[in-house]
Amino acid sequence: MGALGPAEWQAIDVTVRLCLYTTLILMLLATPIAWWLAHSRSRFKVVVQSVVALPLVLPPTVLGFYLLIALGPRGLIGGSLEQLGLNHLAFSFEGILIASVIYSLPFAVQPLTEAFRNIGRRPVEVASSLGAGALDRFRTVIFPLSRGGYIVAATLTFAHTLGEFGVILMLGGSIPGETRVLSVLIYDHAEAMNYEAAHSLSLMILVFAFFTLFAVYSMNRRFGVSRV
Amino acid sequence: MSEQDLTLRIRANLRLGSDFELAVDHELPVSGVTALFGRSGCGKTSLLRLIAGLERVRDAEIRFGDQVWQQDGNFQPLHKRRIGLVFQEHSLLPHLSVRQNLLYGYQRTPTGLKRLHPPEVTAMLGIDDLMDRRIDQLSGGQRQRVSLGRALLISPQLLLLDEPMAALDKETKRDLMPFLERMAVESKVPIIMVSHSPTEVGRLADQVIFMEDGRINRIDSLRDSLAKPDSPLFNFAGAAFILEGELGQTNIDGFRPFGPPEARLWVPLFDASDHSTSTRLRIQAKDVSLSLVEQQHISIQNQLPVTIERIDSSGGYSAVVACRTGDGQLILAEVTSRAVRQLQLEPGKAAYALIKSMALLP
Repeated sequence: MGALGPAEWQAIDVTVRLCLYTTLILMLLATPIAWWLAHSRSRFKVVVQSVVALPLVLPPTVLGFYLLIALGPRGLIGGSLEQLGLNHLAFSFEGILIASVIYSLPFAVQPLTEAFRNIGRRPVEVASSLGAGALDRFRTVIFPLSRGGYIVAATLTFAHTLGEFGVILMLGGSIPGETRVLSVLIYDHAEAMNYEAAHSLSLMILVFAFFTLFAVYSMNRRFGVSRV
Repeated sequence: MSEQDLTLRIRANLRLGSDFELAVDHELPVSGVTALFGRSGCGKTSLLRLIAGLERVRDAEIRFGDQVWQQDGNFQPLHKRRIGLVFQEHSLLPHLSVRQNLLYGYQRTPTGLKRLHPPEVTAMLGIDDLMDRRIDQLSGGQRQRVSLGRALLISPQLLLLDEPMAALDKETKRDLMPFLERMAVESKVPIIMVSHSPTEVGRLADQVIFMEDGRINRIDSLRDSLAKPDSPLFNFAGAAFILEGELGQTNIDGFRPFGPPEARLWVPLFDASDHSTSTRLRIQAKDVSLSLVEQQHISIQNQLPVTIERIDSSGGYSAVVACRTGDGQLILAEVTSRAVRQLQLEPGKAAYALIKSMALLP
């Protein structure tokens, strides 16, 4: 296995940025969804639950295909952006970021839902009666009581985004510095019979994935937060 | 506006599931302790949650004094209502210490509105020594006292207690009761308390809201509600009544005098450290007998001269005789119908009420 070249470093940079941004966005986005799923008595709960879980069962190509249509120049979103004088989102970093957020949504929502369900409504109602507004309650009660859930959700989201391949290939292709993430680069190397380069990157991801999961399951035991 | 004039206006229809509906349209008095009394599932807790704003229904109207808590499109969320809430159990924030729990609301209360402060509240509830403990190091009774203290420290305009003693064992209940009584008197915060225990209601309440099947049946003062022979407060344990009076400090053979000389009782002391003076005794009618003459050679220590006011013999074998004491309080005695005939008991007749001392345990 040789040292990492500039193409590898570029892919690592894209991958890490993608994983970080996805994780940050999902922590913000998944919090209200998970809270609602944990405590709502609405009839639509099952519908939302199913939609959130879709990426777990859909082939990544299906998700990627629909995103390509929606975000591309003729799609609803991509087309509207073009009309506003902006670029459409297919084959761009922003495009695969949106894809990653959707693709990893269940991995953020489910541990948080579980954590919020464990807290119950009571501490929040109590904090409310003691004069704490919504943000205050989140900061001083919900977050400290579900910290374990957040750690698990963030780690799983990060790791799952790292393992993303099909969606990115469909929507982003393999543009160096823009959409060529590690998994895509490994595919390219293997296609080009460059097994040695593919191997060093693959091993790197394998080791990282193992330690991530190891950390998550250790934390699960400590915090008692179940997962996906 | 004085605190005595405060009313809570509630009009709401709340559907829970397919077979339960809470429908209220009332003006509730809020001064002293108001008990929400009724069987489980009659909507007491739902009504409390409506008042707190934890259940939100459309077209409801909730006004407290001159404040609008909910009307038309307006909805004041709980954190702006300044309501102290105490639940059955598990309501302390587990990631905070006792001190942090107590101060959570205190710190969020605007300085100008703070009437109650930590030193007096912790002393009132006897939790001074617990301040640095973790929540899981507290017993059930201690937790409830901390919860009460925490609710008081927001200097609430209204305190809502949802069966604060239901999850406690009998001993702990007995220990907590004096704290609740003292709190109700000293804090001067109006309290609405959910309860299905006639004992609790008798000890603490000033007025009672009777609920049944999601409706408010009637609102009575405690005294009036106990004067009715068919009071729902008798449902579970038979007829009972309340005597109110001063508890004297003298201690003779473990007994303390209670009430004025013309209606003096001797009450066994169960807690020597209890120096409360004004108190209530809740007595079961079945622990009271009647005699036409003063008894000399008898184990019963407490005899009060009374005048019979009314006899309710709807019970078949037994009759409940309502009598007035010298100081105008009502005593109920449950005697057999046979005794009523033999002693020729009738309204206006003078008699002696004999009360077993053990029935006077506070």
